[in-house]
Amino acid sequence: MSLLEVKDLRTSFFTPAGEVKAVNGISFFLDRGKVLGIVGESGSGKSVTAYSIMQILASTGKIIGGSIKLDGEELVGAGEKVMKNVRGNKVSIIFQDPMTSLNPTYTIGHQLIEAISLHTDRNRKQARERAIEMLELVNVNEPLKRMKQYPYELSGGMRQRVMIAMALACEPDILIADEPTTALDVTIQAQILELMKSLQEELGMAIIMITHDLGVVAQMCDEVIVMYAGSICEQGTADEIFYNPRHEYTKGLMRSIPTQKTAGKKLQPITGTPIDLLNMPEGCPFAPRCEAAMKVCIKHPGPFMQINEDHAARCWMNVKCGMESGEIEPVLETEKGGNE
Amino acid sequence: MSDKHMEKPLIEVKNLKQYFNINVGAFKTKPLKAVDDVSFSIKKGETLGLVGESGCGKTTVGRTILHLYKPTAGKVFYQGEPVETKAQIKEFRKKATMVFQDPYSSLNPRMTVSDIIGEPLDVHKMYNDKKEREERILQLMSEVGLNSEHASRYAHEFSGGQRQRIGIARSLALNPDFIVCDEPVSALDVSIQAQVINMFDELQDKKDLTYLFIAHDLLVVRHISDRIAVMYLGKMVELADADEIYNRPLHPYSQSLLSAVPIPDPKIARANQRIALTGDIPSPLNAPSGCPFRTRCRYATEQCAEVMPEFKEVSSGHFVACHNIDKAN
Repeated sequence: MSLLEVKDLRTSFFTPAGEVKAVNGISFFLDRGKVLGIVGESGSGKSVTAYSIMQILASTGKIIGGSIKLDGEELVGAGEKVMKNVRGNKVSIIFQDPMTSLNPTYTIGHQLIEAISLHTDRNRKQARERAIEMLELVNVNEPLKRMKQYPYELSGGMRQRVMIAMALACEPDILIADEPTTALDVTIQAQILELMKSLQEELGMAIIMITHDLGVVAQMCDEVIVMYAGSICEQGTADEIFYNPRHEYTKGLMRSIPTQKTAGKKLQPITGTPIDLLNMPEGCPFAPRCEAAMKVCIKHPGPFMQINEDHAARCWMNVKCGMESGEIEPVLETEKGGNE
Repeated sequence: MSDKHMEKPLIEVKNLKQYFNINVGAFKTKPLKAVDDVSFSIKKGETLGLVGESGCGKTTVGRTILHLYKPTAGKVFYQGEPVETKAQIKEFRKKATMVFQDPYSSLNPRMTVSDIIGEPLDVHKMYNDKKEREERILQLMSEVGLNSEHASRYAHEFSGGQRQRIGIARSLALNPDFIVCDEPVSALDVSIQAQVINMFDELQDKKDLTYLFIAHDLLVVRHISDRIAVMYLGKMVELADADEIYNRPLHPYSQSLLSAVPIPDPKIARANQRIALTGDIPSPLNAPSGCPFRTRCRYATEQCAEVMPEFKEVSSGHFVACHNIDKAN
């Protein structure tokens, strides 16, 4: 049994303009001690996936279907009492902007102690000791002084360390990191990523790393999910996704990032603009921007096919290639989908 | 590349300083040295990339060149002529424009696209009648790949990438030679980013534009720049050809900055030996004496605390400000 099993999760936002299917039937597993990367552009549903797991959606958002099992326990519809025990204890989250996620009116120490005493039986003194211990763990210098300081007195990198300390204080099984380094400079980003990696190895927790930066994914993740318009277009090990992409969107992403090889040459961007979630096309959501789109792509969503043991993708191109090479018989169940 | 080096520079910046007075007490102010004695030049048709971490003064350099801030000291030369008097500045701003980072806050939400793009034309009275103005606006819109039917729409009706195109069309309105691009793609998604980068490339080829390209994404800067300058705490620490600085960075700061970039290739990323930098950038209000980087530098000596190293040419076109280049390499 995996630590986290998400099956056919559907989360929608109900806006005056209509229903926005932010997460539209996604399934994945996460094992202990693994780092899972979720990549995609803004509006692809990667953050909403995380917020659905924690059930911290905005009031207009609602999980309308599917299941989220943590250690075998169903979280969808589990109620606030169960979720309170999950949040912070079993699953913690760190957000993109460390300034707005810390309360500016309380000291760092106050906020850390509050989080620790809320989730454990420690008394105030023990909680304080634990807070100092956590600050040391995340390489905050002079932890005793920092305890008395307010968030504005700390640099961005230091604040993100405090956030990590707070998230890890109760030894969660899963740490969700929602763009944890996007607001930071590269040298600080490198420090934070290295810290997360070493803590992960030390404490054996699993990490869900939400990012749009393929460089961060390459550095951190064992497995990768690529999302577009609320659904998973491709998932597999990092090596498979980077060296053997099998969805046209992933291929386009890989082509469009500048690397050493592209210096002085034209980049190959993905054409068109991101999809409007209020007007989702009938078929594959990427079809309107896809250069390889076929007739079938416009009418029907692609079948989710296992490419090999470590890799699956939802793209009609794989069917076409498979039929051409004779690996696929022309009779197909297209509507099956899911993880199987 | 080689023939570009022979030409005389389009933009020359000499000993530029920009200090801001910051209140540190009720009646006390202290100078914040955002840009401290920076000199460089940009040739016509060239792209100079300017990189560094937040607070290093790269944006201030761009803005001070355009005289959006009055320089504390130092001079900017355009085609060999100084830019100093009010008239000179106004003339210069026809030839030098800017593209901003945030395509959301840099466009007035109460103006239509055609008014946004047309505003520079209005300010500098670049047309004879309404028809000419409209034609010019439509021409600019098609140059940046915007649909001319959208001229009467407002900025909020567009996506981030399209808004950035509006900003670029505005910066092109006066037929400039020189554009300061201040993080123009960092707010955009990867797939859109590539479209906009390509557009900058194409416009440069077509109009022989010169760019000062400010960014913190080193892969983007590497892609678009001919030469790259690295800044740290208001000082320029290294300047060289793009290939040279990536293959042979000489300043310890450039070395760690480049090694910190996450490479989008798992095998390389796992094998990558990072030159770790400890600590944070010091506050520019309390900048260290001597070399600003010495507090985080592995090679720092006593000399570094006393004397700011000279920004000198160590090989053809490769400038570095460091006392210990030999040790660091």
